Amino acid sequence: MSRWGGTLRALLRSGPLSGRIGLALVLFWFAAAVAGPWLAPHPVGAFVDRDVFGPMSARFWLGSDYLGRDVLSRLLWGARYTVLLALGAALLAGSCGTALALTAAVRGGWIDEALARAMDTLISIPSKIFALVLVAAFGSSLPLLLLISSVIYIPGNFRIARALATNLVGMDFVAVARARGEGAVHIALREVLPNMVQPLLADMGLRFVFIVLLLSGLSFLGLGVQPPYADLGSLVRENISGLTEGAPAIIMPALAIATLTVGANLLIDALGAGKGRR
Amino acid sequence: MSAASAPRTMLSGLLPLLGKRVASALLTLLLVSAVIFTVSGLLPGDAAQETLGQSATPEQVAALRHEIGLDRPALARYADWLAGMVRGDPGTSMVANMPVREIIAQRLPNSLMLAGFTALISVPLALAIGIASAVNRGGKLDRALNIMTLSMVAVPEFLVATLGVLVFSVKLLWLPSIALVSDTSTWGELIRSSTLPVLTLTVVVTAQMARMTRAAVADQLDRPYVEMAQLKGVRFSRVVLAHVMPNALGPIVNAVALSLSYLMGGAIIVETIFSFPGLASLMVNAVTSRDMPLLQACAMIFCTAYLLLVLTADVVAIMANPRLRAQ
Amino acid sequence: MTAPHIEVSGLTIEAGGRAIVNDVSFAIPRGQVTALIGESGSGKTTTALALMGHTRPGARISGGMIRIGDTRIDQLGEAGLTALRGRRVSYIAQSAAAAFNPSRTIMAQVIEPLLVHGLAGRKEAEVKAIALFRALALPSPESIGARYPHQLSGGQLQRLMAAMALITDPELVILDEPTTALDVTTQVDVLKLFKAAIAKSGASAIYVSHDLAVVAQMADRIAVLRYGVLHEEGPARTVLETPRDHYTRTLIAAARPVERPVAPETAGASAPLLSVEGVTAGYGAVRDGVPAVPVLRDVSFVLAPGATLGVIGESGSGKSTLARVIAGLLPRAEGSVHFGGVGLPAGLKGRSREQFRRVQLVFQNADTALNPAHSVATILSRPLAFYHGLKGAAARARVEELLDLIHLPRDIAGRPVRGLSGGQKQRINLARALAAGPDLLLCDEVTSALDTVVGAAILELIDDLRRRLGIATVFISHDISTVRAFCDQVLVLYGGRVVEQGSREGFASGRHHPYTRLLMDSVPEMHPGWLEHTGEGRAPALPGAPVGEELCRFLPRCPVAIAGRCDRTPAPLHRERDRQWLCHHDAAALAMKETV
Ligand SMILES: Nc1ncnc2c1ncn2[C@@H]1O[C@H](COP(=O)(O)OP(=O)(O)OP(=O)(O)O)[C@@H](O)[C@H]1O
Ligand code: SF4
Ligand SMILES: [Mg+2]
Repeated sequence: MSRWGGTLRALLRSGPLSGRIGLALVLFWFAAAVAGPWLAPHPVGAFVDRDVFGPMSARFWLGSDYLGRDVLSRLLWGARYTVLLALGAALLAGSCGTALALTAAVRGGWIDEALARAMDTLISIPSKIFALVLVAAFGSSLPLLLLISSVIYIPGNFRIARALATNLVGMDFVAVARARGEGAVHIALREVLPNMVQPLLADMGLRFVFIVLLLSGLSFLGLGVQPPYADLGSLVRENISGLTEGAPAIIMPALAIATLTVGANLLIDALGAGKGRR
Repeated sequence: MSAASAPRTMLSGLLPLLGKRVASALLTLLLVSAVIFTVSGLLPGDAAQETLGQSATPEQVAALRHEIGLDRPALARYADWLAGMVRGDPGTSMVANMPVREIIAQRLPNSLMLAGFTALISVPLALAIGIASAVNRGGKLDRALNIMTLSMVAVPEFLVATLGVLVFSVKLLWLPSIALVSDTSTWGELIRSSTLPVLTLTVVVTAQMARMTRAAVADQLDRPYVEMAQLKGVRFSRVVLAHVMPNALGPIVNAVALSLSYLMGGAIIVETIFSFPGLASLMVNAVTSRDMPLLQACAMIFCTAYLLLVLTADVVAIMANPRLRAQ
Repeated sequence: MTAPHIEVSGLTIEAGGRAIVNDVSFAIPRGQVTALIGESGSGKTTTALALMGHTRPGARISGGMIRIGDTRIDQLGEAGLTALRGRRVSYIAQSAAAAFNPSRTIMAQVIEPLLVHGLAGRKEAEVKAIALFRALALPSPESIGARYPHQLSGGQLQRLMAAMALITDPELVILDEPTTALDVTTQVDVLKLFKAAIAKSGASAIYVSHDLAVVAQMADRIAVLRYGVLHEEGPARTVLETPRDHYTRTLIAAARPVERPVAPETAGASAPLLSVEGVTAGYGAVRDGVPAVPVLRDVSFVLAPGATLGVIGESGSGKSTLARVIAGLLPRAEGSVHFGGVGLPAGLKGRSREQFRRVQLVFQNADTALNPAHSVATILSRPLAFYHGLKGAAARARVEELLDLIHLPRDIAGRPVRGLSGGQKQRINLARALAAGPDLLLCDEVTSALDTVVGAAILELIDDLRRRLGIATVFISHDISTVRAFCDQVLVLYGGRVVEQGSREGFASGRHHPYTRLLMDSVPEMHPGWLEHTGEGRAPALPGAPVGEELCRFLPRCPVAIAGRCDRTPAPLHRERDRQWLCHHDAAALAMKETV
């Protein structure tokens, strides 16, 4: 953990500009997700503007939507659903995938083979297709969306974590621990896991980006977050008729998603820069 | 091992290896079909009840259950379903009341065309970007391209698409925002109406492919044999073409395969926005109308396409690598 | 006096704002070989590459003059350098396995310098390459070019790399540790061929190495580098025999292991601590007591408490496997291991914590043997807590004692291992094993990843500690002189079989198994001229003899194999009081062979 903190500090001190921009964007949206509802100038569902698709104005900073609601307020609420759902799903996918991967790598043998085969199967179902099948089967309430998007990204995380763990399990220091008589749990948690934290966090960050894109894509298709809730993708969908006039009501939520995901990507890239890129 | 017998050993060594890959892909496909059938056919509850609604009597429900075979054991139902898939007859759409096969036959060519056009543009573009940044790795060009591709992979498709519509259809009035593809379209119409979808997809897949190409080429450029070739007095352009590319080919083809498979399924949003009559938007409709046979068939087609592409990449990688080839 | 063929003066190369080569000057007369010698990181390779106008990414030549013949390398542009490289100056890399392109045939790569410089057509180039293959004693020279690098051994690749370097008749050849990756028996052959080939071509050469004895054979002049600074330069004989510089003297001293006294009363008075009986082990599924990939075959030995056993053998002979089998990391397929009179279970399962504690492993590479996520204190306290239940202040005090024991400052305890030097890491690695309070230490090549001087200090430390603490040691090494200097008993592995073992005195008797003989004759000695006189009659007596599972594994390489016996029946085991060997030759015959 301290190493991660150190990398962050190094980024702030001397990292590339893109990384600092990324960090600012990510922090901004996380803050919006946490504090947004208190900051929202208008109630989320209230029809406050007589005009629809109103332009940006002093009263409605980001204009009004297709029903005359305040876009800024809806955006702040939407960001909460998008960020928190994706974050929860990414954490869930990351911890399940990693736990399975550690089991597979440390235990080896048939457990490893069975898990790897199962994950290979799931990974062969393209993520959006899988999402559609799951939504069709189970529906799309908020808890289900959380579960669905984490299930879809467990295999990817498993694959990376298993590659890392298998590598580490082959290292001499694990052989030393085994020859010392240590049990599987000590080896997995004390010897192997601490060496995977940094790449795993980076992977979790990437998965967060994928999940944001997946969830907003689903919502955009009308298959994701359902009314009365609305995430950023839903906002784009409900205002699609404003496209021909270039209304801020459709541009702003789309931009919000893009700044969040691009920001996260820039940040992860900058944090990994010292290691991955030469 | 001697030179004379090399071609023969190569072939006879290659066949079992290829056979193993094909068998493994088929096994995966089988498992995938089981997952899809379980998720969409077994778990969601009673299709008969759903079709008839809450007011139906238990007798009516039971009769329908029997009619569509829901009262049979799960394994038998899976076997029937799988046999139908293999025969190319995935059943009848309950919603459209026509064979799934016919519905798909109308849409598949459109999807293939969309993917084909996009691949034609994006693959060369991605290779050029990837190689250019790898060769200049650490330099200004590389950093600029890195930021560009990094942002592009993170931008949602619908933002790219809406911006495209806004610029080319609304502001400039150059292109139609809605793709009307039908049997009677002329080539000119076809190209005009697919331009925006193709452009959007190109933006979306090129970046990922370019990044993976860069990684593959950069990885090779850091190997000792590259330094050795330069120390032999080989010009850098030749080092890249004759020494690096054969070794980077495997990972690059893999990247291309992954991106192309994305084109097939990931076109969902693009097809929907532009009302492009492809397979992906068909699948979205199947989800909304809970048309399970149609949904399952589409899912299987996408998974098969994915596995085919990955398998092809695998085979190319084996052919390109003398070490794998000789085993 | 004409000007020397090659001249370097005031060469300075910077990387990251630091001079990694600092004001280095030397000259090479035409047709002579100059050796650049020094520890890893001393700037040898950087200096040598500068003669081709090449620097690794991040480094840059910031000053000085480099001249080859009439050409000022430092003033050439990229085009000029490309025209020069591979034509007038050529390079032989340390690891041929990495320096060959894995997906192109050997022939395509060997003739490439001729083709890209337009010196010959393809046909003509191939003819020339085949002639060079023949001169370098490569097998089937006509067809070897059609192979890919992974189909050839390290020694063969190294020679092919020489062919690639010599094919354009360059005036300067740079050899960068060309034999470091090779086994010592292969090294001799490669050195001889290189020396002859370079002499024949009349080229001048730069020979980069860390091995003084090898350099003594190859070089006319020696330049000693340390931290990028030239410490001494002069004729080889002068530098080796009357070194002027203090650092050169340290290097020479470290290269000669000092013989240790034999441990008292090892002569079987006490019950053996470790006894290994008929052990067979390997990888893959075990069928009828034989694994799919057998590595060790029927290995037996005993070790008294406090004694040292040296295990030698070439890479792949199964030395590390032996250590892993004793530790239980690799379950044996057959045979038994008794420790302190009690049979040890084959694998880790079923061993008691006490049994684990008493046997400790020290791995070759401390970089991978120490968990990079942990601090020194965490690493050392774990065995203390695990075996002895020590916690808190008591554990801290013990960690400090351990650090004293291995001569490291106490304040190192809080540091992560990542920042430590190779020697420091290896000491921590050793201390962790000592923390358990073991009776048996398994040391696998503990110095081979270290520089000579650092390695010598570690050896010294191990020897001192095991004597003081009375720990028995299995000391695995590929270096026969180290083993002979340190160990009470010596065991020689070849192809997974014990071909010879004996006490140190028995071993000194001078009669040896033919493989041991070859091994001993292959260790370069420090005096120039050794290479010319060694290894008369090294050629196999029955080349192309069958490699049978039951036959002597050394048969295809054995210079004294007996036709009709060695290729028909398994070699019998001969025993004498203090030694035994596995060969068709008996003691008298072996003694005879010695004198040949
Ligand atoms: N996990 C494994 N699977 C299959 N074969 C293996 C494995 N590990 C080692 N081997 C093989 O076992 C043989 C002996 O290996 P080992 O590591 O014991 O050799 P060594 O004498 O220690 O060599 P070195 O001097 O290179 O360290 C080699 O042929 C090696 O390729
Ligand atoms: S048994 Fe024969 S082949 Fe083996 S070492 Fe002895 S003489 Fe040589
Ligand atoms: Mg070893």
